Amino acid sequence: MIGDLKVALVGNPNTGKSTLFNLLTGLNQKVGNFPGVTVDKKTGYCKLSDGRNAEIIDLPGTYSLYPKSKDETVVFEVLADYNNSSHPDLIIVVADASNLKRNLLLYTQVADLKIPVIIALNMMDLANSAGTEINVQQLSERLGVQIVCICARKGENIEVLKQAVVHAPGIALQTDTIEVESLAPGLITKIQDEILVDKPYTALQLAHQHENLGFLTPQQSNRIEELEKEYSFHSSKAQAAETIARYNFINDVLFDTVKFKLEAEGESLSNRIDKVLTHKVGGFAIFFAILFMIFQAIFAWSEYPMTLIENLFSWLTATAHQYLPEGALTNLLIDGILSGLSGVLVFIPQIAILFAFISILEDTGYMSRVTFMMDKIMRKVGLNGKSVVPLIGGLACAVPSVMSARTIENWKDRIITIMVTPLVSCSARLPIYTLLISLVVPDTKALGFINMQGMALMGLYVLSMVSAILVAWVMKLLIRSRDKGYFIMELPIYRMPRWSNVGLTIYEKVKAFVFEAGKVIVAISIVLWVLASYGPSSSQKAIDEKYNAPQFSQQYSRDDFEALKASEKLENSYAGLVGKVIEPAIKPLGFDWKIGISLITSFAAREVFVGTMATIYSVHNDEAAEDSVREKMRQAVNPETGKPVFTFAVGMSLMIFYAFAMQCMSTLAIVYRETKSWKWPAIQLGYMTALAYLSSLLVYNLLN
Amino acid sequence: MRLSQLQPGQSGVIKEFTDLEMSVKLMEMGCLPGEPIVVERFAPLGDPMAIRVSGYQLSLRKNEASTIILQ
Repeated sequence: MIGDLKVALVGNPNTGKSTLFNLLTGLNQKVGNFPGVTVDKKTGYCKLSDGRNAEIIDLPGTYSLYPKSKDETVVFEVLADYNNSSHPDLIIVVADASNLKRNLLLYTQVADLKIPVIIALNMMDLANSAGTEINVQQLSERLGVQIVCICARKGENIEVLKQAVVHAPGIALQTDTIEVESLAPGLITKIQDEILVDKPYTALQLAHQHENLGFLTPQQSNRIEELEKEYSFHSSKAQAAETIARYNFINDVLFDTVKFKLEAEGESLSNRIDKVLTHKVGGFAIFFAILFMIFQAIFAWSEYPMTLIENLFSWLTATAHQYLPEGALTNLLIDGILSGLSGVLVFIPQIAILFAFISILEDTGYMSRVTFMMDKIMRKVGLNGKSVVPLIGGLACAVPSVMSARTIENWKDRIITIMVTPLVSCSARLPIYTLLISLVVPDTKALGFINMQGMALMGLYVLSMVSAILVAWVMKLLIRSRDKGYFIMELPIYRMPRWSNVGLTIYEKVKAFVFEAGKVIVAISIVLWVLASYGPSSSQKAIDEKYNAPQFSQQYSRDDFEALKASEKLENSYAGLVGKVIEPAIKPLGFDWKIGISLITSFAAREVFVGTMATIYSVHNDEAAEDSVREKMRQAVNPETGKPVFTFAVGMSLMIFYAFAMQCMSTLAIVYRETKSWKWPAIQLGYMTALAYLSSLLVYNLLN
Repeated sequence: MRLSQLQPGQSGVIKEFTDLEMSVKLMEMGCLPGEPIVVERFAPLGDPMAIRVSGYQLSLRKNEASTIILQ
C-alpha cells in the first residue's frame, strides 16, 4: 500500500503518542527497520475523509531533537533528509497538556524545521484537574498552528484530528520561534550555501550532529567540521543558549495563554502510591512479589498451551505421515519444516504472557520506578534497573526475556542485558540437569537433611546467576558506547493500564517473533534435521540392507528392531559423522562421540539432548523413556577403558557445559532480531561456547 | 548549596550548573536557572533521587544532581 500523504508522529515519551498511533492505524500497521539503529520503524495507514490514504510514521519518543541515544538520532534524520523514505509531508506533534512547557520545547525545534505541523494536545483532563487553564484558541494563534485537543486514552476527538490533517496546509505556516541565526552567526548561512540546505535551523542542527548523520557524505561532514573551526563554534554552548532562548519564547507564549494554579493542593495520588511502592522495605517486597508472579506465570501458565501446541503438531505429523506418500519431499515437509514450525509456535504462550505483564507495568508507570529502585545495584555491574525483568524471565525462557530488554533505553545497558540473559538457567536446561543429576549424583542426604541431588540443582541455578552478573561486569568494561550514561529520566504519574494497548503489544511481539526470528529458526531446524536424518548414501544403504535381512527381523521384537535401526542410522548420519569428527576436541571434557552428536542436535533446543540420547542408546519411544535412557546411560561402557562412560566427572562436566553453552538457536535468532545484526549473536555464541568449553575442561580435570 | 545536598521535602531555586554538557540535558528537561525545585524522595538505596520541577517528577542520580547549584 502506498500513502498519498506521509504524516510523522513526534513527541516526548509518555505523551500517549503510541496510543494515538494505534488509534489512527488500528491493526493496519507494520514494523520495519530504520537503518543503523535498533528501534523499530512503525508505520501504518489511515483513511482520510477526502479519500486520501495517509501513511502514519511513529517516530521514537524524544525530549528534543538533540539525541541522547543513537536511537533518537532517527527523529532528526527522518525530518531533515528530504530523500529519506519516511520524510513526512506533515508532522503531528503530540504534546502532554499537563506538562505543556517541557513538551513545547520539542515543538519549537520541530516547528523551525519548517515542515507543516499540527499539535495534538493530549491529556487535557489531567491539566484541568491540576488547575491549569489553557486558552487553546489563543495558543493556536500565537504559534500559527492548528491545535486539536484529543484524549487518546478514551479515543476522543480522533476524527477531529483526522479532519485537521485533511485541512492541513501544504506549506509551513507556523510562526518563527527564536532567532536561529544569532546562535551561530555566519556559520549557519555558510552551511546553508555549501551543503544546500534551505532552512537555517536544519543547518544549525547539521553543525551539531553532522558526525552521526547517515545522509551526509563524508566530504560534507568534513567540510562542516572545517567551517565550525573557522567560526569557533562550540556545540554545547550553542545548545545551552538555544534551550534558554526557546524556554524564554515558551514562557512568553504561555504567560499570555495559560493560567497555572499557583499552589498545588495536598499530596497527589501518584505521590501517595510512590510512598508505598518505592518504600525502603515494602517497595522491594512488592517488586519481588511481582517478579515472582511473572516467573510463575511464564513457567506454569504457559505449560498447558505449550503442550497443546506440541500435541497439535505431533497429531499433524502423524496424520500427514499417514496420508502423504512416502518420500524425501514428504519427510522434508513433515520432519523438517513442520517440526521447525512447531519449535517456533511453541514460544507464543511465553511471549504473550511476559508481554502482557510488561506492557501493564510500563503503561501504569511502574516500570520507571523499577529503574529508580534498582539503579544503584544494577549499574555497578553494567546493567540497568530494568535488566531485572529479563534476568528473572530468563529463568523460564531466554527468548521472550531478550525481547523484553527492549524497555531499556540505554543502548549499552540493553546490549549487555541481552548478552547475559541466556546464561540464566532456563527451563529447557531442567530435563538435562534432572537426567544427569539422577545419573551421577548419589541420592543421599548430607548432615541428615540436605539432599545432595537438590543441592546440585540449586548450585547450577546459583552458578547461572553469578556468571550472568560477572559476565555483565566484564562487558561493562569491554563495550564502548557513544551514548552517555545519563540517568535523567521522567517519572510519569501512575495511570490505569489500557487493555487495548496490552492486547496490541502482545500481538505485535508475537508477530515480530514468528515472522522475523521464526524464519531463522525454521531454516536452522531444517539444516539440523538433514544432518541427523541423512548420511553418506553408501553407509545408509548398507544399514537398510542389513536390517532388511530376515535374520534381523526374526531375532528382535518389532520395537527393539526399530530402535536399533534408528540408533545405527543416527550414528551413520552426517550429524553422527560430525560427532565423531569433533570427538578429539571434546575428549578433554570427558565427552565421547555419542555426546558429540547430542551437542549438535541439541543446538535446536537444549532439551533435545534427552531425545537424542534416547535414540543413540536405542531406547524405545514409550512412556518410560527417561527412566530407560538413564538406565542405558548408566550401563554404557567405554570400549577403551572398560569403565562406565557417565562417571561423576563426565556428568558434572556435561552439566557445566550446558549451563554456559549457547545451545539454543531460537535465542540466537531473537538476539539477531533485537540487535538487527549478526554481530551480537556471533559474539554471544563465541563467548558462551568458549566459556562452556573452558569451564567443562576445568571441572572434568579437577574431578577426574 | 548543591541539589544533591537537599533532604526530601526541602526545596530550592536553580542558580547555575557546574557541567556544561550535563546542563544542556538538564535544561531540556526543564531544569532552568530560576526554576524552583522540590526534592520528593530518594530511592530506597539512597540513590537516585526524585525531584519535582516545572510541574512533573524527574529522577536523576546524585552525581548528576551535584552539578546543579542552588541559589
